[in-house]
Amino acid sequence: MDAIFLQILNGLDKGAAYALIALGLTLVFGTLGIVNFAHGALFMLGAFCAVSLNKLMTLSTKVEDTSVTLFKAYKEQPYLEIWFPDMGHTLIEYSVPLSILLAIPVMILVGIAMERGLIKHFYKRAHADQILVTFGLAIVIQEVIKAYFGANPIPQTAPEILSGSADIGSWLGLGQNVVYPWWRIVYLLFSGVVIFGVFAFLQFTTYGMVVRAGMRDRETVGLLGINIERRFTLVFALATIVAGLAGVMYTPVLPPDYHMGMDFLVLSFVVVVVGGMGSLGGAVLAGFLLGIIQSFASMTEVKAVLPGIDQIVIYLVAVVILLVLPRGLMGRAGVMDD
Amino acid sequence: MTKDGKFDFSRRSLLRAGAATGLVAATPTFFMRNAFGAEFRNNPGNASEVKLGFNVPQTGPYSEEGKDELRAFKLAVKHLNGEGDGGMLNTFTPSSLKGNGILGKKVSYATGDTQTKSDAARASAKRMIEKEQVLMISGGSSSGVAIAVQSLCQEEGVIFMAGLTHSNDTTGKDKRRYGFRHFFNAYMSGRALGPVLEKEYGKERRAYHLTADYTWGWTQEESMKDTTEQLGWQTVATVKTPVGAGDFSQYITPVLNSGADVLILNHYGKDMINSLTQAVQFGLRDRQANGKNFEIVVPLFSRLMAQGAGDAIKGILGSTNWNWSLQDEGSQAFVKSFGAEYGAPPSMAAHTCYVQTLLYANACEMAGTFYPPEVIKALEGFKFDGMGNGPTEYRAEDHQCFKDVLVVRGNQNPTSQFDLLQVVEQTPRSQVEYDWKIFGGELGPYKV
Amino acid sequence: MKNGTMNDLTRFAIFAGVVLAMPLWLEPLGANYPDLLQKFAIYGIFAIGFNILFGLTGYLSFGHAAFLGIGSYAAVWSFKLFTMNAIPAVIFGVLFAGLLAYVIGFLSLRRTGIYFSILTLAFAQMSYNLAYSVLTPITNGETGLQLSQQDPRIIDSLFVEAGAGLPSTNLFGMKMSGYPGFYFCAVMLIICFFISMRIFRSPFGLMLKGIKSNQNRMNYTGLNTRPYALTAFVISGMYAGLAGSLLAVTDPLAGAERMQWTASGEVVLMTILGGVGTLVGPMIGAGLIKYFENIFSAFNNNVLADIFSFLPDSVSEVVVSVLGLFVGSGWHLTLGLLFMVVVIFLPGGIMEGIDRVISKFRSSRQPVADNKTVSSQNQPGE
Repeated sequence: MDAIFLQILNGLDKGAAYALIALGLTLVFGTLGIVNFAHGALFMLGAFCAVSLNKLMTLSTKVEDTSVTLFKAYKEQPYLEIWFPDMGHTLIEYSVPLSILLAIPVMILVGIAMERGLIKHFYKRAHADQILVTFGLAIVIQEVIKAYFGANPIPQTAPEILSGSADIGSWLGLGQNVVYPWWRIVYLLFSGVVIFGVFAFLQFTTYGMVVRAGMRDRETVGLLGINIERRFTLVFALATIVAGLAGVMYTPVLPPDYHMGMDFLVLSFVVVVVGGMGSLGGAVLAGFLLGIIQSFASMTEVKAVLPGIDQIVIYLVAVVILLVLPRGLMGRAGVMDD
Repeated sequence: MTKDGKFDFSRRSLLRAGAATGLVAATPTFFMRNAFGAEFRNNPGNASEVKLGFNVPQTGPYSEEGKDELRAFKLAVKHLNGEGDGGMLNTFTPSSLKGNGILGKKVSYATGDTQTKSDAARASAKRMIEKEQVLMISGGSSSGVAIAVQSLCQEEGVIFMAGLTHSNDTTGKDKRRYGFRHFFNAYMSGRALGPVLEKEYGKERRAYHLTADYTWGWTQEESMKDTTEQLGWQTVATVKTPVGAGDFSQYITPVLNSGADVLILNHYGKDMINSLTQAVQFGLRDRQANGKNFEIVVPLFSRLMAQGAGDAIKGILGSTNWNWSLQDEGSQAFVKSFGAEYGAPPSMAAHTCYVQTLLYANACEMAGTFYPPEVIKALEGFKFDGMGNGPTEYRAEDHQCFKDVLVVRGNQNPTSQFDLLQVVEQTPRSQVEYDWKIFGGELGPYKV
Repeated sequence: MKNGTMNDLTRFAIFAGVVLAMPLWLEPLGANYPDLLQKFAIYGIFAIGFNILFGLTGYLSFGHAAFLGIGSYAAVWSFKLFTMNAIPAVIFGVLFAGLLAYVIGFLSLRRTGIYFSILTLAFAQMSYNLAYSVLTPITNGETGLQLSQQDPRIIDSLFVEAGAGLPSTNLFGMKMSGYPGFYFCAVMLIICFFISMRIFRSPFGLMLKGIKSNQNRMNYTGLNTRPYALTAFVISGMYAGLAGSLLAVTDPLAGAERMQWTASGEVVLMTILGGVGTLVGPMIGAGLIKYFENIFSAFNNNVLADIFSFLPDSVSEVVVSVLGLFVGSGWHLTLGLLFMVVVIFLPGGIMEGIDRVISKFRSSRQPVADNKTVSSQNQPGE
């Protein structure tokens, strides 16, 4: 029982990550008709916003390191700590949540620049061309990050009070072995808020209404004299922000490296397609569903019956769903059908 | 070539004829080059230079390690050519190296990218052999790649001095006459960790294994399981995790309920970083189980990789081939010249690559020739000292080096950004030795 | 459709000549060593086969690496169990890849568009993950399937005594490594090119193009298009299997990573880069990517410094350090930039660039209305 409860939590947590990445991807699919292979790279850029802010805040002066005797080595002391001893220390500790403030403007700029500078010219081009250009862009972004930050993962720590794990078991009357890291709980809540925010924006604002209309029938909306282009820029930026925020908040769980976007890319495409092309709800649903299924498939009891099932379960489920439901869980006819 | 095939060149037929004639004329020489040119692959003959091939991961997850290996190789070449301060050339005994290259020929090198993929690594090695005419290939940062390149080198008749590869198979069931490994292996890790685990954690423990689901992971798990069960520990479960899983939460939560009090992470690289970070986040290290402190063990520790796990490594036990904090003369000389050159201490991958290059050069000097069978014979059974890890021997039967193994612990209070690992014990060589027959495999012939 | 058989024949002859003469004209590019030449030919086959599916029918498979992988495994098993001769290995490779392609194609072709792509991707990823871990007894997992002394080699053992070392692959006694291996692959490539050309010109090819331009309309005429698409899928799977078995023939090792999605993605990129739906484009794309992978990754600052040693020291230092970012460990960056530049400026891939140059060249001499049969611009990628 406890074990199952924990696996559901794991699944939700994993699902939250999938859903957040898939959300932006399907938004761009649905509205702009763009197959964005650089979406994973945007997730990674978000994570490196956190790394950069941390680097910035721990910008240090070099002090000679006397403990190394064989050659001249330097250790670093952050300016922030030199200038404001206590306050500076706290700021550095909270660098991951604070990076959200940095990530939003940065990702907006990245999104607008990318859409205006590159994606715009590919609306009418074949999907194959979109794949090639966005894949190329993803590699370039990755390599630039690698050239600057190196290839190794760079650990980011959650604030002290969130670094341990919560004793959920005692709250819910479950066993004492039911504990869950605070940061993962925060991540789950945070993604809930972001997902809700995106839906609310599309559902309750006029802006969102136009975008939704554009997803349904772009030409008619254009004929109505609405400047759909500008709105689409914003949609792209929105998708970029969501990906970036997902990246920022994921850093304490998964130390970021330049390749983390590629690692998530294929999976997020599977999630989007299983959810149904152009369906936001479908993407979120598929994200959580696949997350939970993956968690359960990884249990020793399941693996004893079906060895290696945890390696393939996501793809297996994807195949079954797509063969049974032609357009995934909630896909609409006509979107990316051909 | 246009799509409609309407080349309107009047010269076309002429060109074609020319190409065909050229081809016919050139073909025999391609076949002959290897037939008459040399009695062994890439014989340098009277050339004033010899080339070595350094095949390391330059892209992909291990590229930082590859970069460090490349630094070490360059340093080794420098020292062999008599430039710089000489590094371990000054401490290595018995040495036939003179600091004037190898057998009087200046050493140069070619580099390549293995991408940590067997195919890419072999393609890169083939380029070095066929195009750059290298005499020896070294490098690598994973066992799959090392084994793939090693068997290629056997077929091509070029000596392979393995870099970082820890699987038992490299000098076990997949050993080759032309392949040599200085690095230690999973079996030795287990043997070295045993006594320390007993001393630190006692005889009554219940261990839970998370194992990367591929050959290295399995051999590591097997070695750790054997060792700990000999101590009297119980094995609660061994769970395989997919390589590159990223999020390990679904494998970690079952540990909480399993009644285990030790978690053994048979992971390396990014998997190790992620699983360790996340296990610590789940509060495993703060837990009590069976009235004891819950402990985590990482059998193969690398400083370069440990950086990625940040504070999570503090207090964690593991084993390593070499660490820059060693106080022996050879290690100090190496750290000194590496640090002066690059501003950071060498990693264990860098150390093994540096040593391997020197050992190859020395074997050529001893044999008095580059002819591989003679060089191999010089390396087989070669005993040396002054390269870190104390007196070392290249065992003739399986081409595995035997030397002291380090048991390390993640440093609680690092004094510098490099001071991540603290040596707990230098397990003597006699304790990690084993009978070479237990892993099977055959070396194959000297002459190919 | 102006070009008759004569023109095709000429084109074929030129293609064959250029391929066979690769060791000569690649010399100045530093690519004339056997391994890379073999890779050019093999990945050329892979890409040409992929193009039969993608270029003609518009079905974008993201799982073709599975067929490459199974071709390799089948070939190595043929070496292990039966004989070191290349011919049975190639036959087994093609056969098994064809079978797997039939199964995957049968299921995946029930869907179109991106749903089809994801289905093929899922099948290939499952194959890869299983080959890497659970199927290790068959695939030897991460290390890759290799020959060993203990292999039975039933047929070979009838004729010759096993030597001390591992035997090498051969074609009736001719060793299949080095240049003979390349010529073997090159001949295969030329045959494959010929078949592909015949398919492009045949009524079957026209039918496939019909599927691409409007599948629904074809279905309305009462024609079931799926068998045609499935045939194309199986043919292109067999091409991939052939490529996979040739990889094993020239170098008897089969690794699981040949099946990974990155490998599937690579052939997609090769095809688009060269020019979707063109006959030789995919081959050019394949060559270019392999060239970058093998040659650009091998440059290091020392090599660069040698090249630019004619410049004054201070200048060459700057040049070397700037260029150093794009070669060696930075070769991915160059590749990424190349993808972007090509697709931004040449929507039809490199073949369009070549077309442009040629038509410019030609129009400057004699303005001719250029009726292309397979024009890349007016045929979208899907």
